[in-house]
Amino acid sequence: MTAADTTAAPNAAGGAGPALAVEHLDVTYRVRGQARRALRDVSFQIGRSESYGLVGESGSGKSTAALALTRYLPRNGRVSAGSVSINGMDPLAMGPAALRDLRARTVSMVYQEPGRALNPSIKVGRQVAEVYEIAGLHRNDALERAEAMLRKVQIADPHRVMERYPFQLSGGMAQRAVIAMALAAEPALLILDEPTTALDATVEAEVLDLVAALREEFDTSILFISHNLAVIAKMCDRVGVLYAGELIEEGPAREVFDAPRHPYTVGLLRCIPRGGQRKDHGRLDTIPGFLPPPGAELTGCIFAPRCPIAEDRCREAAPPAFPVGTDRTSRCYLHEAAAELPRSTPADIELPTVRPDSRPIVALEGVSKTFGSHGEAVKALVGVNLSLEAGETLGLVGESGSGKTTLARALLGLIEPDQGSVITLDGEALRPDAKRRPRDQLKALQIVFQNPDSALNRRHTVRRLISRPLARLAGLSGARLRERLADLVRSVRMEERQLSLRPSQLSGGLKQRVAIARAFAGGPRLVVCDEPTSALDVSVQAAILNLLVDLQAKERVTYLFISHDLGLVRYLSDRIAVLYLGRIMELGPAETVFAGPHHPYTEALLSAVPSLDGQRPERIRLTGEIPSAADPPSGCVFHTRCPRRLPTGECESSEPPLREVAPGHLMSCHIPIDQLTVLQRSGAGTVTREDPP
Amino acid sequence: MIGSSAAGPAAPAAAITVTQAAGRPAAPWRLLLRRPTFVVGGIILLFWIVCAVFGNQIAPHNPLAQSLLATNNGPSGAHWFGTDQLGRDVFSRVIAGARDILIIAAGATALGTVLGTALGLVMGYLGGIVDTLVGRVVEAVIALPVVIVAFLFIVAIGHSTGTLILVIGFVFTPLIARTVRSAVLVESQLDYLSSARLLGEKPVRIMVVEVLPNVLPAVLVESTVRLGYAIFAVATLSFLGFGVQPPTPDWGADIYANYGVLPAGYWWETLFPALAIASLIVGVNLVTDAIEQVLAS
Amino acid sequence: MATYILRRLGLALVTLWLLSVIVFFAGQVLPGDPGRAILGPLAAQSAVHALDQQLGVGRPLLSQYWSWVSGLVHGNMGISYQLRSPVAPQIGAALVNSIKLAALAFVIVVPLGIVGGVFAALRYGRAADRLISVSGLSAATVPEFVSGIVLIVIFAVELKWLPVQASAGAGASVGSQLDHLILPAIPLVLVLFGYIARMARAGTIEALDSDYARTATLKGLKRSVVIRRHVLRNSLLPTITVIATQTGYLVGGLVVVEHLFNYQGIGNLIWTAANGKDFPMLEAGVLTIGVVYMVATLIADVLYTVLNPRLRLGGAG
Repeated sequence: MTAADTTAAPNAAGGAGPALAVEHLDVTYRVRGQARRALRDVSFQIGRSESYGLVGESGSGKSTAALALTRYLPRNGRVSAGSVSINGMDPLAMGPAALRDLRARTVSMVYQEPGRALNPSIKVGRQVAEVYEIAGLHRNDALERAEAMLRKVQIADPHRVMERYPFQLSGGMAQRAVIAMALAAEPALLILDEPTTALDATVEAEVLDLVAALREEFDTSILFISHNLAVIAKMCDRVGVLYAGELIEEGPAREVFDAPRHPYTVGLLRCIPRGGQRKDHGRLDTIPGFLPPPGAELTGCIFAPRCPIAEDRCREAAPPAFPVGTDRTSRCYLHEAAAELPRSTPADIELPTVRPDSRPIVALEGVSKTFGSHGEAVKALVGVNLSLEAGETLGLVGESGSGKTTLARALLGLIEPDQGSVITLDGEALRPDAKRRPRDQLKALQIVFQNPDSALNRRHTVRRLISRPLARLAGLSGARLRERLADLVRSVRMEERQLSLRPSQLSGGLKQRVAIARAFAGGPRLVVCDEPTSALDVSVQAAILNLLVDLQAKERVTYLFISHDLGLVRYLSDRIAVLYLGRIMELGPAETVFAGPHHPYTEALLSAVPSLDGQRPERIRLTGEIPSAADPPSGCVFHTRCPRRLPTGECESSEPPLREVAPGHLMSCHIPIDQLTVLQRSGAGTVTREDPP
Repeated sequence: MIGSSAAGPAAPAAAITVTQAAGRPAAPWRLLLRRPTFVVGGIILLFWIVCAVFGNQIAPHNPLAQSLLATNNGPSGAHWFGTDQLGRDVFSRVIAGARDILIIAAGATALGTVLGTALGLVMGYLGGIVDTLVGRVVEAVIALPVVIVAFLFIVAIGHSTGTLILVIGFVFTPLIARTVRSAVLVESQLDYLSSARLLGEKPVRIMVVEVLPNVLPAVLVESTVRLGYAIFAVATLSFLGFGVQPPTPDWGADIYANYGVLPAGYWWETLFPALAIASLIVGVNLVTDAIEQVLAS
Repeated sequence: MATYILRRLGLALVTLWLLSVIVFFAGQVLPGDPGRAILGPLAAQSAVHALDQQLGVGRPLLSQYWSWVSGLVHGNMGISYQLRSPVAPQIGAALVNSIKLAALAFVIVVPLGIVGGVFAALRYGRAADRLISVSGLSAATVPEFVSGIVLIVIFAVELKWLPVQASAGAGASVGSQLDHLILPAIPLVLVLFGYIARMARAGTIEALDSDYARTATLKGLKRSVVIRRHVLRNSLLPTITVIATQTGYLVGGLVVVEHLFNYQGIGNLIWTAANGKDFPMLEAGVLTIGVVYMVATLIADVLYTVLNPRLRLGGAG
């Protein structure tokens, strides 16, 4: 098959029937001699040029579905029932040659970690060209076509990128290359499995826009798999919700998200802060209970154990897929009542207000951190000035390279900041190294890490993990320690009997509760929350966030909340600081920073994040990649990507100071605030620019 | 409901009888015993250990007793493994020969493990200059094979069980330290060590209480592997005349003493000790393999 | 990359220096009284004393070390006690012989081990895999002298296919030399095979399970192409370093094998020196071996750096 023939490929619109049809699919894994069903009676279809989202939390089986479709299940997995049809062909019944052909021409996949999907020892250009070679082209023609394809995925200098090795590409660029490889064969079906989860928000937005544009151009059907509901809402026409291996609800994406008809979907949507929801408006709802263990065979509805409105009939027989509208189904006997699902967590909450004139408890002055030396110095933080007041939550927002983690670690004394940096607690300077800090200083500042598997010593019991800080920081022992331990355990809503367990025996949410109990054991005044829920499922996330809010109210601590999830940040924070390349771009009350007027970077960031609530106005596109911290741009570090860059050249030459543009609101931008307000309100004034040199 | 945040109305009840816990993991011993490799290897090891401890009582003849009338007799009812050039019963010598080799190998391995683990912990956790400097010394020692270093030191200090244990242990220390160091480096990426620092814990305590329990599996595997090599090394040294000295029964030494008459057809004097060596090493390797498999799951 | 090589070389020199210190310490300092060590406990004190004088024992340690090291640098390795002639030429000749034997063993075992390991990985979990893994394991556990003796008995004594002696005699043809060296090479091959095969197998399994192997397969490539083009080049990289570190075991094996087959290689030389308490010879021999090992690892490191694009190009561009 030559290049000229690609237009006659099997995906041509002339083909009748859906691009993908899955009927009653069961996938079983054999683990330690036992059979576990990972997918149960899953049926759905994707029409020509349609984009279908498969959404689910961990353990839902969504990745298994993707692997089954391309027949790439691991050795111990197999399709135990049902059928799959891609473009009218059955991949499960094919011989090896036909399967190869299918993979080469009809189906393509894009995965989560682009860097790993590419062979580290082969140049990028060769890898993309390989797709064309499989189609029959000669080496040179293939390389030419590969370069053209790279240009099509908006890689600025495709010739240079072709000569690179994967480790030399940034995440966004690598993913574009992978997408180029996937679409080079002009497949009928493109499967994307969490393609942007590992990418920064602004890069993610670019990649998603790219996928949408290419989909139109190539007329490809898309199966988009993700745990992120907002991304699915943005990218997909239809959506299927997977829970524990079953497709429990299906329908047009907008309808399902606006008016869900299954208790699980309803609960899931309530776990996520929506429409600018804030903590003082009320608590997030949670889904009680736990996922059934993998492969458990339950009689009745699989969600019944956790469902607030489950009846006897739900537990006796599994519900079929009821039609609930045009092209919509829901596996629930009570789908009509689903919309009025009672909350499992009461909505009201008591919060202390932040007294406006309270003295800051922690202040950072001129904090900088440079890694490496001379030639390869990486400036992770540059002259950061920040203060935190008692009882408030300061949200720290930034993409990779922004320095937010470095800032947190410098504050805690885990990293030594550069000379001249001053960090004070109650006015007293803190020693740069935690090893040197006296006990009260250590007590006052604690952290909840992102990944509970890494943050808890897996060889220690829960009791020991929490007792140690009680002994070391709070100076307790004996009966008093046991008492306080019991208190703490209760306040994070765990049970005493769980004290003798080890982390490996606990779920993610429970582990994080242990981490939180540990952080609060010494009676801290400030707790750094470094992406505390990123590693958790959405339904568990809400419970942990509620817990954090409650503890803050009870213990009156200050939070430094670091997250890449703007929805969560907006929900929790009183004030927000936006970091870019180690500098604070904006600092102010949460509502103001979100509503505007705000820094052009904040503006772009906000427009990049997909939201569940429908399209937002004109997306601000940021071009180019995030610059490297080893070689930051001159003047305002954001100028290379800023769509509102001033034509006067001021932005390139001088770095704007962080100054107060309104009471309590600071910004680092040359554009006067009134001008910004006008521009951002009208949605005008963005400079269209070519890519940076 | 376990772990849920429902502070309000009771969450829908009982149908969750499955707990959230992954369940108590089976005790490591049980897992090991289920593996045939462990059982076979363990039996072999046990057999030789019994021989080592009770050798002199079990052996049918005195391993040292010479009989110039009965030299080089093939296997028979009275002498199951035949006799050697000095008329000594090969079977008894094989049984009794287990003692020295096991004592030396086990002692050297234990010494190397203790020192190597301590060294690896320090190098891996403290890093910096200590790591670089000590690393160079480690590299230097590793450059020499056990046998060669043993030559050097034994010639200088003299033969004795103690010397052998010290020398082999000394050579093993950097090898074990290197493995432990890698395991420690992996741990140092994890956040629980930062948490410990934030409690004001002292470095020594962190290394012993926090890091060590997590690298113990690696230490265990490494030391069992080393045990195999130790046996190998002692046998080789004895064969070369630098290990256990005659007339003490020792497999390697006996092979050395008797392989000259091999072309004459007196194979039993060499084969049985050789099989003993091989079986012991295979036993240790089987046990190591089983331990590795259990820890990997 | 050039800086890396230079730095590596620098470190190697430091290690070499440390090695010399260790060897010197063991050889000169430990015995306490070399004269006594050489002449034995029964010799007269005056004789011991005279010998000590001759050996320069009374001088300060540092000056002893210095003269030894400077001698080495000039190619003077001292005088052998046993032979009463310079050490260096002996070492040189022996080294050449050992290298021939070692090279033969390497030439056989490296391809064999790699092929075996890769093959086992491709048949993961199946009979062939278990067979290769277990036999590799068993072979590696049998000491060289054991397998050597068995081989001699079978092939040289009973079947008479191959000569017992390892040296073919001066001026022998290459073919004849090879003929003599095969039998001694086999025990070495057996011991090394298991280790190399295991590393190759592990590397290949990891590469097969990787994301990029999945990408290649899902592009529609044939399995053989995936393996050839994508998997192998990544799986074999770590094996290179391992092969170099095997020189340590190889040399240890050389001592035994050369002794068994009465071959005048460096291993045998060291053994003889050790037996005769010939310190200069012993120290020189040990140091030489150390140098060989370090050169081997240096070459392996450089090779690894050159072949691994990430190291070659130094980080994200």
